Amino acid sequence: MSFDPLPLSTSQETAAGDTPHRMDRRRFLKILMTAAAAVGLSSTTALRWAEAAAAGKLKPSVIWLHFQECTGCTESLLRTSHPDIARLILELVSLDYHETLLAAAGHQAEQALRDAMAARKGEYVLVVEGAIPTKDGGIYCMIGGRTAREMLEETARDAGAIIAIGSCASFGGLPAADPNPTGAVGVGGVVTGRPVVTIPGCPPNPYNFLGTVLQYVTMGRLPELDALGRPRFAYGRTIHEHCPRRPHFDAGHFAEHYGDAAHREGACLYRLGCKGPMTHANCSTQHFGETNAWPIGIGHPCIGCTEQALLWRTSVVETVEIEHPTPPDTYPPAHAEHGGVSPAATGLAGLAAGALLGAGAAYARRLDRELGEEPDEEA
Amino acid sequence: MSETARPVSRPVLTPRTRPLLILALLAGALALWRFLAGLGPVTGMSDGYPWGIWIAWDVVVGTALACGGYAVAILCYVLNRGRYHPLVRSAVVTSALGYSLAGVSIVIDVGRYWNLWKVVVWPGRWNLNSVLLEVALCVMAYVVVLWIELSPAFLERWEAGPPSARQRFAAAVRPRLEKILLWIIVLGLLLPTMHQSSLGSVMLIAVGKLDPLWHTPLLPLLFLVSCVAMGYGVVVLEATLSARWLGRRPEGVLLQGLSRAAAWVTGVYLALRLGDLVGRGQLGHAFTAGRLTFFWLVETLAFAAGLALLASRRQRRRPGRRLLAAGLVLLGGILYRFDTYLVGFSPGPGWHYFPTVPELLITVGIVSLEILLYMVIVTRLPILAGVTGDAPGAPTTAAADPR
Amino acid sequence: MGMDRRTFLATLGSGAAALLPAAAGAREAAAPAPDAVGMLYDSTRCIGCRACVTACRRANGLPPEPRRLDGAVYDAPDDLSDRTKTVIRLARHDGGTAFCKAQCMHCVDPGCVSVCMIGALHKIAGGIVAYDKDRCIGCRYCQVACPFDVPRFQWDDPTPLIVKCEMCRHLIARGGQPACTAVCPRQAVVYGKRDALLADARERLARHPDRYHPDILGDTEVGGTHVLVLAPAGFTFQDLGYPALDDRPVPQLSETVQHGIYKGFVAPVVLYGVLAGVLWRNRRATGGDRDPGDDDPGGEVNHE
Repeated sequence: MSFDPLPLSTSQETAAGDTPHRMDRRRFLKILMTAAAAVGLSSTTALRWAEAAAAGKLKPSVIWLHFQECTGCTESLLRTSHPDIARLILELVSLDYHETLLAAAGHQAEQALRDAMAARKGEYVLVVEGAIPTKDGGIYCMIGGRTAREMLEETARDAGAIIAIGSCASFGGLPAADPNPTGAVGVGGVVTGRPVVTIPGCPPNPYNFLGTVLQYVTMGRLPELDALGRPRFAYGRTIHEHCPRRPHFDAGHFAEHYGDAAHREGACLYRLGCKGPMTHANCSTQHFGETNAWPIGIGHPCIGCTEQALLWRTSVVETVEIEHPTPPDTYPPAHAEHGGVSPAATGLAGLAAGALLGAGAAYARRLDRELGEEPDEEA
Repeated sequence: MSETARPVSRPVLTPRTRPLLILALLAGALALWRFLAGLGPVTGMSDGYPWGIWIAWDVVVGTALACGGYAVAILCYVLNRGRYHPLVRSAVVTSALGYSLAGVSIVIDVGRYWNLWKVVVWPGRWNLNSVLLEVALCVMAYVVVLWIELSPAFLERWEAGPPSARQRFAAAVRPRLEKILLWIIVLGLLLPTMHQSSLGSVMLIAVGKLDPLWHTPLLPLLFLVSCVAMGYGVVVLEATLSARWLGRRPEGVLLQGLSRAAAWVTGVYLALRLGDLVGRGQLGHAFTAGRLTFFWLVETLAFAAGLALLASRRQRRRPGRRLLAAGLVLLGGILYRFDTYLVGFSPGPGWHYFPTVPELLITVGIVSLEILLYMVIVTRLPILAGVTGDAPGAPTTAAADPR
Repeated sequence: MGMDRRTFLATLGSGAAALLPAAAGAREAAAPAPDAVGMLYDSTRCIGCRACVTACRRANGLPPEPRRLDGAVYDAPDDLSDRTKTVIRLARHDGGTAFCKAQCMHCVDPGCVSVCMIGALHKIAGGIVAYDKDRCIGCRYCQVACPFDVPRFQWDDPTPLIVKCEMCRHLIARGGQPACTAVCPRQAVVYGKRDALLADARERLARHPDRYHPDILGDTEVGGTHVLVLAPAGFTFQDLGYPALDDRPVPQLSETVQHGIYKGFVAPVVLYGVLAGVLWRNRRATGGDRDPGDDDPGGEVNHE
């Protein structure tokens, strides 16, 4: 490599024993276990990863492009309370191009990108952060004289796998909010004809990204994806299905205003606009920042940041429909009441029947009056 | 009295009968809605009450009211009382129409009517345990028999008409038909015996859901006997009303005789009905069952009151009283069937049924249609005897025409 | 007249003899097949989680029954319906509560099967009562017949079906088990061979007599059902919502009467013969080949 963005160790350097960032084995294994569990793989796999990492056999080449983004996704990977974690992530992969972390600039940086693409052609993992503007030839995001679109198309061509990290890269995110003046789209709007893994979220959980990449690197295949390209292990269920406040929902125990008694007691936030029932994500189980913190957990309703239909499209206070309704905390009785009887119908029928009978009796009387008695049949 | 049957020369659509046409057309429109939208939006039927008035009235009561032909045939052919013969044709018209329209009601009522043909042409799949299967097949056969029994009426006309394909067809068919007519008539006596009794057996399966006031192993016998009584009642009703429509006196001798027969049959019915209740120890329940007691009382008292009038020679000689008596027997029979199929039927707490307005209108429309079709047939075919009122003592002017 | 009356009475007599049910006795109850499968629902083990209700929907492709409560939408069926094949009810009695799982009982001798005209409802291997929509005409006689009010009808559909639990026969055919028994977290409802389940139920009653109502619903009621139910102590099955039942199979009376009258189709044929004989004789008595439908043999009415 012609540059060293961070004091990273390459496989060769590791073999040479020069590892400036030692971490204890237990924490190392714990992180790998978490990553494996997140992907749904066993702890045996985590051990295999650890061995492979120690032997320097991991380290896929990662090319990370930034477009219309806030860099929050990168921050989410780095911004932890344990700097060693960030280091580790960077040690598990060979981050060959990353604008935020690059020490180089200008032509040097451009050359680094071209070298990285050539060196691991067809194998590198392309990670895209941020949306891509398409309007007016895509001039609203240009780096080094090239549009974001051009850069993406060129880099995507020889990538082994493409991962769109964050909501902006997944479906347009904030730049694509109405009126979308730049014509911002997600990676899937530019790269067609091949699967694009999307890891939506604003920001997404770092373990969703880590698990996906590790699975690709160790098993040679991407995890099972849904129709939108989201890994099912993270996005296969809605928040509502895994929310610790769900019993409150089922019992109809809702917070009505921020700070009211129910809110302070930890009631369900559905009536405050929680998008959990329509949001596919694993925040309720995976949490953030390795401190068990997540929005609903601290009392703020989910804003649906992984969902294109919700993020930047709906108001935070707007309630959503329940995608898969399930029974409430109430039960039907042993004998349920069914329907009623139309009073109009009973009235009508009663009147008609009465009229008919009355008319019949009156007619019979009239007949007798008119015709009198007949001669006997035997006469 | 000269009594050859001839087409009636009266208009069918008059200001009095036009409402019937409107009701019939309205029923047609509502039936179309039912086919497009399903049974739920149109009727008050539900999972607890899967059968409503379309079964209880249109089919069960409707076919019983169409037993006039059957009842008169017993008198005329089995008991060999030939003098009732003039009543046969018009009774058969009522029967043919009643059964045919009951068939139409079935098509409207069943949910998957496009599978109905499978019941007929798939004997290998017949479930011989099912009473309803027997009812269905019997009724279908009986409809055919009735129209064959009626066919001499139009075959004669066609045969006597100008030479044409129709005339040749009638000339070929009618004599052959009259040769086998006896065997057809016997079939027309057997089939109603089978299915009218089975209409009672249909409710035997509802153990625990049909109140013991009506649920009894004697259901087939009770339904059969009551339908014969209703048959006589219908003929008295129909003969009286059509005579008045023509401005004549009703055929007093014949109707007095029919009333006597009706009295016997009603008496047998009441004996069986009350004997059955006593025998099963349900007489106490009959008087202590609240709403059900009310219905049972009205049903039984209607029969009893009818019997009281019919049993009296004096009352039988009064056309109005006779009509009233027939009406009471019919009311009793109608209520008996309604009670067996609807009122006495309870699927458990929480279920309620009353027909909706569209449901009622379809039933009313079908009845209206039957009356209109009856008038159409008797104005075009030689059904009724004595058209222009030559009979002595009969008022013949339009002023006296009650219609 | 005298001859006619005798003939009349003779006809009536032979007709009545043919119509009366055979004195031979009631039709016997069917016995469960040796390979009979079944389910056992133990109300004392049920926690009312309704995983079975949701699993049943998924396994059978049924939509939820959305209902808005407190501003949120729930799947809240009130009862069995055209899209709900099982439901958990809460029964209250004497200050206590108990859960009850409502579904088709898969009777050993079902009323619905007995009445279905061309066998849309029929029994398949294991004793499961299955539904064939191609034979169904939608007459709803099965709904009249079922003592448990199980079959439901798609009233709001112009091409309606009857809907009821079929014990996930599509899963059983692949060697699996019903969705509800598979998902129940407390084994409150289990699937197995009916004999084994009956033995299990009896054992539970023997081991914990203070816990249970001392009876197994479906052992003998209505001739036995393939779905067995245990109730908690202090609750009768009527308290749980079941109707009062005796041990006679539902079709017994109907089939006894019907077959008593029509066995071998003998009675109708005999009656036809007798009536034909009477009419034939009457016709000859009135003279000539004239059909009885043609002229007036009594001579009381003149023809022009």
